[in-house]
Amino acid sequence: MPEEYADSALKRMDMGKFITAGEAAGMIPENAVIMVGGFMGCGNPHKIIAELAKLGTGGITLICNDASMPGGPDGDEYYGVAKLIHNRQVKKLITSHVGLNPEVAAQMNAGLIEVELVPQGSLAEMVRAGGAGLGGVLTPTGLGTIVEKAGHVHGVIEIDGKSYLVERPLRADFALLSGYRIDRSGNIWYKGTTRNFNLPMATAAGVVIAEADHLVDIGAIEPENVMTSGVFVDYIVEGGRADG
Amino acid sequence: MDRDKIKDFIARRAAMELKDGDIVNLGIGLPTLIPSFLPEGVRVVLHGENGIIGAGPKPGPDEAQPRYVTDAGGKPSSVAPGGSFIDSCVSFGLIRGGHVDCTILGALEVDEKGNLANWIIPGEKVPGMGGAMDLVVGAKKVIVAMEHTAKGKHKILRECRLPLTAVSCVDLIITEMGVMRLTDGGILLTEYNPEFTPEEIQAATEAELIIPDDIREMI
Repeated sequence: MPEEYADSALKRMDMGKFITAGEAAGMIPENAVIMVGGFMGCGNPHKIIAELAKLGTGGITLICNDASMPGGPDGDEYYGVAKLIHNRQVKKLITSHVGLNPEVAAQMNAGLIEVELVPQGSLAEMVRAGGAGLGGVLTPTGLGTIVEKAGHVHGVIEIDGKSYLVERPLRADFALLSGYRIDRSGNIWYKGTTRNFNLPMATAAGVVIAEADHLVDIGAIEPENVMTSGVFVDYIVEGGRADG
Repeated sequence: MDRDKIKDFIARRAAMELKDGDIVNLGIGLPTLIPSFLPEGVRVVLHGENGIIGAGPKPGPDEAQPRYVTDAGGKPSSVAPGGSFIDSCVSFGLIRGGHVDCTILGALEVDEKGNLANWIIPGEKVPGMGGAMDLVVGAKKVIVAMEHTAKGKHKILRECRLPLTAVSCVDLIITEMGVMRLTDGGILLTEYNPEFTPEEIQAATEAELIIPDDIREMI
């Protein structure tokens, strides 16, 4: 590649996407629809969530696999998105499981939160569809159950003699992600089981903010090992978390 | 038998359903006991729907990475040699795509059509379905491993009363009383625990059991 081209490519890639966790949280207005990657707190962007909890921004529609749980491994009283639930910042929760966070049931019973339950695999594909420009997802999951009548289901369709639910695509105003290594162009490498919903959610929001446990130089993640391309990432937050 | 012994007994019998090389997803509670009862020579690939193919044993406190490697219940986990980590789309593609050989999970109710209810008690307990609906629709074989009754209350019914997890999805029920196979004609009691008579097992079951002549003692 000619040198001047390599130079400009690098410049384009290192575009000054860096903001603090506080700035990231501050970008989110009241009543925003946000997607948060993670599974029972594992892979939640903990610093951005903590700042959002501090700000107290309300009316949030939260799309997240689960409501996390009290008592995180980092010693937090509420782990990851459980902070936003505890603060009553979430007006509506679109999720697959809330069983490990007893505050959700309490708030549901008190009419403080609306919960829309979606089968986990359908939720993943609805987010993927939202990010991939697809009009929906056809899945056998939920057929013959009360899920058929849920708001996220468009109807039942038959193809080649088999029935499927038509699930609507999902998008959000903001996606908040966590990556173990993120290079200066936003390419992400996920550690362990943190990839979960972070991967599809990177594609499905107007503004995508990724929190890096370790910010690394371009090239430190080999192109073959990039799991989420930096083109999906609008802003990087240097989280600087300890390992473990 | 006390309850721990009952659970071990059910887990031991359920483990015998697994074949060497099977890709298996285990539900929470009793099914997590199954790996320690695998017959000799049977090695399975444990799938965790949060994104592990080939989950390893529970890590000790020194090896645990609770922020990075967990199981589907959010507890520290590990990956076995040869295993891999995947995202949620691939994880559920694996499930719905028929790549999971067997899932073993608990139930609130099962009925004679193989319908399963295990995710919600309206007005009482609304934890959500998590990955259960996808698992029982997608796995090649669905085994319910549970105590036969809930404090004497029937769980194996003519027709489920609770909202369903999926329709006609259950292949086999294993309890401390016996092993029951779902057939087009109803529930066939293929094995019984000799601590109970077939009559006692029927009395603990709302659905009518088909009791074949060649019924065996539970292995």
